[in-house]
Amino acid sequence: MTQTMQDEGYVTADGRKIGGVMMEMKNITLRFGGVKAITDISFDIRQGEIRAIIGPNGAGKSSMLNVISGFYVPQEGEVFFHGKKRPPMKPFEVARQGIARTFQNIALFEGMTVLDNVMTGRLNYMHTNILQQAIWRGKAEQEENENREAVEKIIDFLEIQSIRKTPVARLPYGLKKRVELARALAAEPKLLLLDEPMAGMNVEEKEDMSRFILDVNDEFGTTIALIEHDMGVVMDLSDRVVVMDYGKKIGDGTPDEVRNNQAVIDAYLGVSHD
Amino acid sequence: MFYREAGDFKTSYKADSQTFPIKFDRYRYYVVLFVAFALIPLVINDYWVNAIFMPFLIYSIAAIGLNILVGYCGQVSLGTGGFMAVGAYAVYKLMTAFPEVNIFFHVILAGGITAFVGVLFGLPSLRIKGFYLAVATLAAQFFLVWLFNRVPWFYNYSASGQISAPERTVFGVEVTGANTDAWATYLFCLVFTFVCALIARNLTRGAQGRKWMAIRDMDIAAEIIGVDPLKAKLSAFAVSSFFVGISGALFFAVYLGAVEVGEVFGINKSFLVLFMVIIGGLGSIFGSFAGAAFLVLLPVFLKNALVGGLGWPTDLAAHLEFMIVGALIIVFLIAEPHGLAQLWRVAKEKLRLWPFPH
Repeated sequence: MTQTMQDEGYVTADGRKIGGVMMEMKNITLRFGGVKAITDISFDIRQGEIRAIIGPNGAGKSSMLNVISGFYVPQEGEVFFHGKKRPPMKPFEVARQGIARTFQNIALFEGMTVLDNVMTGRLNYMHTNILQQAIWRGKAEQEENENREAVEKIIDFLEIQSIRKTPVARLPYGLKKRVELARALAAEPKLLLLDEPMAGMNVEEKEDMSRFILDVNDEFGTTIALIEHDMGVVMDLSDRVVVMDYGKKIGDGTPDEVRNNQAVIDAYLGVSHD
Repeated sequence: MFYREAGDFKTSYKADSQTFPIKFDRYRYYVVLFVAFALIPLVINDYWVNAIFMPFLIYSIAAIGLNILVGYCGQVSLGTGGFMAVGAYAVYKLMTAFPEVNIFFHVILAGGITAFVGVLFGLPSLRIKGFYLAVATLAAQFFLVWLFNRVPWFYNYSASGQISAPERTVFGVEVTGANTDAWATYLFCLVFTFVCALIARNLTRGAQGRKWMAIRDMDIAAEIIGVDPLKAKLSAFAVSSFFVGISGALFFAVYLGAVEVGEVFGINKSFLVLFMVIIGGLGSIFGSFAGAAFLVLLPVFLKNALVGGLGWPTDLAAHLEFMIVGALIIVFLIAEPHGLAQLWRVAKEKLRLWPFPH
């Protein structure tokens, strides 16, 4: 399996075909002053797969996601996207390449309605200039309505029709998470990064969110990389798992491989020092 | 009773995203426009236009401009007075340099020049936020006033250091100078106010407005969905200053006629417009109008009530006026921090169900 994986991809246990490498991180090292957040980590994300990054607190998972989405520029190492080396980029430039993400602490625009929040996800598809928008009639209005249609599809998909016009600040936590996912999906990303999509949710909400993640992957063919602490969810959802601890990669493989990896078990359960 | 959205079905996204989705609102808006454009010019006189309508219309433009910057994009500015001065001096230089061009274009161009200056002073916003940015714009305020005071080229080397508007006409009707008719100046300002409000509304309901609000609410998340913070912030400064510049141009050319920069466009003006925006409601076009109306009408009303109604001496009334306006501002901010626009929204919510709230 390992040899064919390099090029053509593989077929998962449930029969989904995973494609070639979409994003590759090569020997990434990230330092904050004297602190090494990430040490020499390499892994890849393949077309159409659900890739999980797990690890104890402070392992550097979120830093890794921030490297992918352009917030941090690693001191060493290279990022390849679709086979091309990516130069250091601003986050909004990364977004324009088709990478969207959600945040660990919800980062919605509190002062805007759900609809407006999700519409912001379409900004990369709206190209009328400021004069056309000032006039509104014609191009700007047409563009607005076309994108509204795309957004309504996402709203239907995530079942948030009833709160369309509600200001986000008034929503409960679980719904906010869902709206944030909607905003990321509205951008029709090739790669979707989810930073703890299920943190702080109850069982039903987790089930809903898991269903949405699987549906997104299935219906839109979106590649997903996610960070999550709920091991049950991670093992069920993901095709392959990267395990990090103290900024180093200690495991990489299918959920089963990772589960039986001694280094991973040690990191999570601790080792005796006698 | 008649304020209902039930039964008013929307069948297209276009119909759903219009400015006044409720029929009653829409008709009220047409009525207001009709009264403003067709009825008021027939009955207006000099007192009404100078005491109420002109300051209201001109301050509304300034408030809309500042609201775009502070309310929509979240960039605090204390330089409004300075930018109004840029508009005023720009229109003065244009009027005297190109007397054959219609003043209409001068005012728009003055807005454009102010937009450019606004972008220049908006550059610090890329690095600093909040109070620190406010202080940086304060520097713009003082620098611009100093510039127009000290460089004689700006006031055409006049002995007094003042600028005064020459007589100019639109369609053969005088709108600046000493011999203007009340209805002409009123209509001239009204057209600008109407168009500015329309543009502001169009910009804030579409993609541009969302970019601004995204930057205001959470700049990190805005960047991650593809908003270039540099462009978003500078465009807010440009559009905001454009409106503020137009209001400054009208304030000088049509309303006052002659201006001494330190007196008219000082820091007080910046605060006055900022109060209008805050009292009216941040992030609301209607709020800009409401705030401007509140701060223009209240002093006039108090003066008439105290001097005319109660017969108190003028100086006592003037001092009391300051105290009452100040106290009312505080009361308002405590009672409804989101301003008159929020009160208006709450009233509409209530009205939708009235008289059967359950």
